[in-house]
Amino acid sequence: MKQEDVPQDNGALGKMTREVCYATDKEGKYVTELSTGWSVKTDALDTAWHEIEERVAKAREKVLAGEASPLLFFMERRLMDMPTLVAYTGFWKWRIKKDLTAKGFARLSPRRLTRYAEAFAVSVEDLKSMTFHED
Amino acid sequence: MKTEFHHLQSAHCETGVTTGLMHHIGIDKITEPLALGIGAGLFYIYIPFIKISNGPAIAFRVMPGLIFKRVCKALGIPVVRRKFGSREEAARALDQQLAAGQPVGCQVGVYYLTYFPKEYRFHFNAHNIVVFGREEDRYLVSDPVMETTTSLSAYELERVRFAKGALAPKGQLYYPVGGHQVTDEQIARAIRKGIKNNAFAMLHIPGPIAGISGIRYTARRIRKWRDKLGLHDAGLYLAQLVRMQEEIGTGGGGFRYMYAAFLQEAMAYTPHPSLPSISAMFTRAGDLWRTAAVQAAGIYKGRLGSQEDFDKMADYLMEIADIEEEAFRALANIKWAAP
Repeated sequence: MKQEDVPQDNGALGKMTREVCYATDKEGKYVTELSTGWSVKTDALDTAWHEIEERVAKAREKVLAGEASPLLFFMERRLMDMPTLVAYTGFWKWRIKKDLTAKGFARLSPRRLTRYAEAFAVSVEDLKSMTFHED
Repeated sequence: MKTEFHHLQSAHCETGVTTGLMHHIGIDKITEPLALGIGAGLFYIYIPFIKISNGPAIAFRVMPGLIFKRVCKALGIPVVRRKFGSREEAARALDQQLAAGQPVGCQVGVYYLTYFPKEYRFHFNAHNIVVFGREEDRYLVSDPVMETTTSLSAYELERVRFAKGALAPKGQLYYPVGGHQVTDEQIARAIRKGIKNNAFAMLHIPGPIAGISGIRYTARRIRKWRDKLGLHDAGLYLAQLVRMQEEIGTGGGGFRYMYAAFLQEAMAYTPHPSLPSISAMFTRAGDLWRTAAVQAAGIYKGRLGSQEDFDKMADYLMEIADIEEEAFRALANIKWAAP
């Protein structure tokens, strides 16, 4: 990539910093150049986030329809897959699977609920009511 | 307390932290590209049976921590690296080092890294920063991908040092021990060793998923993604590939440009007539990675979507694999003049 071709499209990262790119100058020698972002990669990130938003919306519908527990909503919202949630809670995977059903969730002990709430960094009330504040 | 640490912005976090900490102990000849090359950091792997964020697990770099480790070893510099079971102990150890004037490399998770924009915060636990001081409740942070230094509260720092899940940092801190001199001859030897290591990793790791064969493997999979996953999910997969390739940290083109820069810098220490042309091959590979990313974007943006478009994407990767294979074979075959 030539120095003058280093993209300067404003992306999400541009809000916080420019990033270093390696590119060649007129003599073909490598130099560093700051970039404010590249639309191709911004689009890739947007695509990923759009998908996340859809998964969150779908999870919310399922919970409201009684087909899943609020834990599913928060897993999607916090971008956690099963191994990540296992690591944050210290619970067994098969137990978490039970808790992911509406029936299982209703039977959760206060202690277990608290552990989930901590893992998702929300309060127990917000966990139950699927309330999420951006942090 | 504040240590004398000079913030250095770089393209990639681990090479950046390595370079910054080396400069701190007086070894300022090490640049970011040299750290990448000596650390043999250029890589490719596609792990088909693991999913990350519901997409393919693809990496353009070696395992976290390896670059730092290899650079220090190649230059004969001892390393202190600690992991912790307890958060209190981890905080205490950090404070002790800072009080002793030692800036410290920390492995952290980015999900709760508050100074990152939300869009970048995924559960990725192998980011590297330097903590170089503490002012009351705030720790002073030199994050190599940022233009300026920043800070985190004690709570925020603890949270990212003890992020959980894959590659959990476990409070890990590390730094090279000062008081060692490094000669140009040592750097030259380290460069030759790094090149040898990297060529081996890209050409000879057994199995179809890593190195050059991993790139070809990905190309063959991409041809099938449209039928197998459907257009929507195939687009998501391609977006993930591009994110891994161009995300903060690679300096563009999945490290290929930085590696090309490394080979140019290598000329000053261990010259060889074929290095400039091999460097140019990596530039071409980097350019092609970016061309492939543009093609992928056409698909995940919905502008393209036919099987031919996926085939074209796969063809780019096949071409990249050919170039990189030729380049690494040329590197592996270099007969260095006896020093």
